[in-house]
Amino acid sequence: MKQTVNVLVPVGQLGGGVRAEEVANGIAWGAHAIAVDAGSTDSGAAYLAMGVSKNSREAVKRDLQILMEAQARARIPLTVGSCGQAGGDAGVNWTRDIVVELAEELKLHPRIALLYSEQDKRVLKEKNAQSKIQALPPTNPMTDALIDSCDHIVAVMGAEPFVVALEAGADIILGGRTTDTAVIAALPLMRGSGAGAAWHAAKIAECGALCTTDPARGSGVLLRIGEDSFVVEPLSTAIRCDTYSVSAHMLYENSDPFRLIEPGGILDVTAARYHQLDDRSVRVVGSQWETRPYTMKLEGAAGGPFQTIMLIGIQDPKVLTNLDLFHDRMMAALHGRVSRSIGEGVDYDISVRLYGWNAVSGLPMPADATPPREVGVLFVATAATQEMATRIAKTCNPYFFHFPLEAGTELPSYGFPFSPAEIERGRVYEFKLNHVVAVNDPLELVRIEWVDKA
Amino acid sequence: MPKLRDVCRYVRSKNAGPFWVTIDLFFKDDESFRKYHASGAISTRRIAEAYGVDPALVKYFAVENLNVVKISFPRKTSQGGVVERDMHQGQQYVRLLSIELT
Repeated sequence: MKQTVNVLVPVGQLGGGVRAEEVANGIAWGAHAIAVDAGSTDSGAAYLAMGVSKNSREAVKRDLQILMEAQARARIPLTVGSCGQAGGDAGVNWTRDIVVELAEELKLHPRIALLYSEQDKRVLKEKNAQSKIQALPPTNPMTDALIDSCDHIVAVMGAEPFVVALEAGADIILGGRTTDTAVIAALPLMRGSGAGAAWHAAKIAECGALCTTDPARGSGVLLRIGEDSFVVEPLSTAIRCDTYSVSAHMLYENSDPFRLIEPGGILDVTAARYHQLDDRSVRVVGSQWETRPYTMKLEGAAGGPFQTIMLIGIQDPKVLTNLDLFHDRMMAALHGRVSRSIGEGVDYDISVRLYGWNAVSGLPMPADATPPREVGVLFVATAATQEMATRIAKTCNPYFFHFPLEAGTELPSYGFPFSPAEIERGRVYEFKLNHVVAVNDPLELVRIEWVDKA
Repeated sequence: MPKLRDVCRYVRSKNAGPFWVTIDLFFKDDESFRKYHASGAISTRRIAEAYGVDPALVKYFAVENLNVVKISFPRKTSQGGVVERDMHQGQQYVRLLSIELT
């Protein structure tokens, strides 16, 4: 490869622990940009619905300090996608405040571009009225009511808004919700790398050192992206990439191992070939890019009902040898207690989960399953308000803590760890949207703002 | 008849976005992959039964160069619902380990 565009991906997720010595290696080896993803939907809908970060401010600030110092010294751009975990406007602003604070503390003078992709519900309703929004399986078609049911909605950006900001001279770009790959592919695409190579390289590097043979001992990788191939190598000299570790990463968190859908097309790696270049780097050729009409995925989340929980531990051998029976009798008793005490017509849910038995699968156990030595029993009451969820939990309290396997026998006391016993857990948060919106221009639903510290 | 755990060196499950689950079966060698990757026990129909989902939505991929079978399907309820048992779906592969391959 002659001219490559080299991207330093310092870590799989901002806040995950950037290593200064690795970043120094990547800069010394010729990085042209630093790119990192700061979020995903992985950890649940709460972060989008509430507009808060999963990572602590301290962890994100520490990583940003290392990256901003490297950016300023090497004079190469730093691009960050999906700021603040969910990439809503609140997440971009939260990250902006940290970056501005660091710039002042470190006496740095970056031009900072902010890319916002949180959506106005009226705009989306217009798009839907024009049949520009499509549902993805297994989800139902979009309606105004579904749009209204969301607390926050983001459109997932591709590389184009980052390219616009790079061309305008941004030193640091803080993007709202972005595909993990686009934040890495932006500079190579802008400088004319092959689209297949750029997107495939970005996918391989999106989780940092996860594409190496020993992800626990390193954080990041360096990509060298050419016209029709790319090379990936770890930033730590202690670990390696091999053809297996690199090619296997296409499997990770993807429903399709060969084709990855991006806003403006599809990456197809069916024909990709992986070659061991030297002891620690892998060269990949043959990745294809198919341009498609531009669509952006929509992610919307909202807070739903409230939950109050209680926890007990049971070692009573009689209960442990009859766990399914115990569970069913307890459920009947709890529901009876709630309907007698609080009354019919209250919308609520009670779930009792036997940890150590079948709580994780929720499936019936085989008849010959060996009884466990103890189980943890989690009680979850769900209702429209926190107050009602707690009333249900308190109503169930004496039954939950002292429920005998056989009616009419002495009352046991199961092991409970806390007093008061009930814990108000807050709301249930859910993703509501699984749709794409067609746009005339990749910037149509994106707003760019600048903070100039120069 | 061998069980899946006997012919795979690693099996994992993971969410692929809030609405899908994906399961990767890493067979232990070329021979195990060749012999069992198309087994009826891991067909889309049997996977649909095991997870209680619509067989028409189950995707099956054989990734030959890695000796891997990947199976993806929609979650019965989206991530983080009222009765969420496994937010990342990271434990959902376990029920496959003891299935018998033919």
